Amino acid sequence: MSGPPLALIVGATSDIARAVALRWAAMGWSLILAGRDMALLERDAEDLRLRHGVSVATRRIDALDTASFPAFVAGLPGLPDVVVCLVGALEDQRCAEADGAVAERLMRGNFIGPALLLGEIAHRMAARGSGVVIGVSSVAGDRGRAANYVYGSAKAGFSAFLSGLRARMSRCGLRVVTIKPGFVRTRMTEGMALPRFLTAEADEVARVIADAPTRGRDVVYAPGIWRLVMFVIRALPETLFKRLRL
Amino acid sequence: MILSGWGRYPSLDCPVFQARHEDDVRRLVDGRVSVIARGAGRAYGDAALNADGVLSALPMNRFLAFDPVAGALTCEAGVALDDILDTFVPRGWFPMVVPGLRAATVGGALAADVHGKNHHRDGCFGDHTLWLDLLTADGGVTRCGPDRESRLFRATRGGMGLTGVILRAAIRLRRIETAVIRQETLRLADLDSGLDALEASDDWTYNVAWIDCRASGKGFGRSVLTRGEHARVEELPRALRADPLRRSPPRLGTVPCDLPPILALNAVAARLFNEAYFRASRPGEALIGLDRFFFPLDGLSAWNRLYGRAGLLQHQCVLPRASARAGLRALLNRIAATDCRPLLAVLKRMGPRRGGFLSFPIDGHSLALDFPVSPASFALCDDLDAIVADCGGRLYLAKDARMSAATMRKGYPELEQFAEARAAWDADGRFRSRQSERLGL
Ligand SMILES: Cc1cc2nc3c(=O)[nH]c(=O)nc-3n(C[C@H](O)[C@H](O)[C@H](O)COP(=O)(O)OP(=O)(O)OC[C@H]3O[C@@H](n4cnc5c(N)ncnc54)[C@H](O)[C@@H]3O)c2cc1C
Ligand SMILES: NC(=O)c1ccc[n+]([C@@H]2O[C@H](COP(=O)([O-])OP(=O)(O)OC[C@H]3O[C@@H](n4cnc5c(N)ncnc54)[C@H](OP(=O)(O)O)[C@@H]3O)[C@@H](O)[C@H]2O)c1
Repeated sequence: MSGPPLALIVGATSDIARAVALRWAAMGWSLILAGRDMALLERDAEDLRLRHGVSVATRRIDALDTASFPAFVAGLPGLPDVVVCLVGALEDQRCAEADGAVAERLMRGNFIGPALLLGEIAHRMAARGSGVVIGVSSVAGDRGRAANYVYGSAKAGFSAFLSGLRARMSRCGLRVVTIKPGFVRTRMTEGMALPRFLTAEADEVARVIADAPTRGRDVVYAPGIWRLVMFVIRALPETLFKRLRL
Repeated sequence: MILSGWGRYPSLDCPVFQARHEDDVRRLVDGRVSVIARGAGRAYGDAALNADGVLSALPMNRFLAFDPVAGALTCEAGVALDDILDTFVPRGWFPMVVPGLRAATVGGALAADVHGKNHHRDGCFGDHTLWLDLLTADGGVTRCGPDRESRLFRATRGGMGLTGVILRAAIRLRRIETAVIRQETLRLADLDSGLDALEASDDWTYNVAWIDCRASGKGFGRSVLTRGEHARVEELPRALRADPLRRSPPRLGTVPCDLPPILALNAVAARLFNEAYFRASRPGEALIGLDRFFFPLDGLSAWNRLYGRAGLLQHQCVLPRASARAGLRALLNRIAATDCRPLLAVLKRMGPRRGGFLSFPIDGHSLALDFPVSPASFALCDDLDAIVADCGGRLYLAKDARMSAATMRKGYPELEQFAEARAAWDADGRFRSRQSERLGL
């Protein structure tokens, strides 16, 4: 590889994404920031250029507009060495229960869009024979909870997709990493009452993501304590689980 | 969320809102009875507390532009000085004015119009600000500076967030050749010789003195004066010349928890510390990293926990030149008559006043003291306030958690002009803090 690695960050306006971008830029990587709000992306890009003197491009993408993905990928400044997707949409579960359109938007935004996009990019990376694909899913996908199962089921679908993609691509020289954050203090969770000792800062999760390309792990809980927490939660028998107010 | 300033007294339950962009700020300001902006929360007292709403500017931390010809950096208000140093010291730039800590944000530095060890030469942070964008009570954004909307600018720099939310600013940086300070240390045996030496040091860019508040009798007011200049490349030893802008900030670790009362810093610890400090300060010249020179306390994270759960009070005053000598003597005498001992007593020279309506420095000497929170230290601080008022001095709002409205009024004759300017932009007093309410602002 000549020159610094090129990383594509999808959902780059997310709080966690910005912290990832700062870390990769500090390592001298070239970046492509993709998201819906071009004005914001351009401001973040300029900040990264000023801080670290790296080259940063910006691209528009809406994860709900799956038809645009091939053109989006073809229009990138280059096929990235690393891609991370942080697109995630959280809406009030009760709205999703009452309104199928809301539920569908959650499923498309958290599963269909991210999965199809990473699938498209992985396919091209496979032709090249190298690359790292990182999908940011959630612990919410490990078991459907009454309070949050629409979002959770979409993340579960995304996790399963990444798992299969990883198995398929391991023969083509690609790595596929699934990141499962627990509670993180970000725009997504602002105003929610989160358990203090189980809630991470955006940068803690960003560090895990930023290290993922160089570390050999496939499924990473962030922070690591969540592997244990979810092990216990998955082990609860359904008869008990359905009575718990989780 | 229970919030407090760096001194951890007082604390208050405040709803905190994260402002990522101008639109967030506007939405939050619109929807609330009253609100106050907050940066890194390093003001000691209650300046960035408000039970109706606190707007954290920390997520607004982007660099927006840099003009290397003018050395002008444009950035959002939540950018920390630390970020500026990390990015610009390696390129040979340094802020014109820095306070004694790296965590302070640009918004906080402007709102308190902070001073460094170079006030006698370079003035305050606001003196090197080309403009700032302020979101005011009506939701509009006004650009103000020394040459446009200057009344709003004078009310905002030093105005402790009471005119609106600073969104972004353009500040000037100075050229440096190295990340090293050429430092000279002098030990002065008593108060008068210390003040003489400090006054004779106006040619140095940076000056600061530490006073031992314990020493009585002959060594009363003994001090250690350090003066500094940015070192030139040719002043460095050959080995360092290859990479002169490299920093090596000391990292001593973090204080993990509140010290229990028995261990928390008390008069005995203060005495031991002061004795050790005096002995350790070797007179003479030295080259030291700029982090050690400017931010000596930053090596130890969360050191405010050393004072235990009750927290600490800072008392920083400035006395006009004419009454400074007698006034400082009276202050030190008053302290010596009690059991309260400040751990650190820092003396600085302040140059002519030219800042905002509420900017702290006036031509004279400033003394900063810190005490563990206790009934005795409150009583002592009240006595110190009276001495300061008699001398025609004033207290620093960024350090204050306890002064009375009357003390404030006496110390700040331009309060009237401040109030007029503020009323013109924020008739209902939307921007308010626990401090502004305590002081009747
Ligand atoms: C160890 C230590 C050393 C210090 N040394 C010095 C020194 O040498 N010289 C000196 O002058 N000061 C010094 N200080 C004080 C410190 O520089 C000031 O309190 C500064 O304001 C802290 O910045 P902050 O970002 O933490 O602001 P905060 O503490 O969060 O806020 C301080 C004030 O600024 C206002 N404010 C913050 N952000 C904004 C914004 N975006 N828009 C409008 N208003 C805003 C707040 O409302 C509040 O009134 C020191 C403090 C510490 C803890
Ligand atoms: N915060 C948590 O507790 C938590 C826990 C587990 C997992 N996660 C996951 O972590 C990832 C990052 O989230 P975050 O916490 O940093 O939250 P965030 O700041 O709200 O980020 C969500 C991001 O997704 C983008 N997005 C949403 N819908 C989109 C669409 N249709 N097209 C394109 N972009 C879209 C948003 O873009 P806009 O700026 O344009 O809205 C935003 O950049 C998400 O996948 C989230 O599910 C978060």
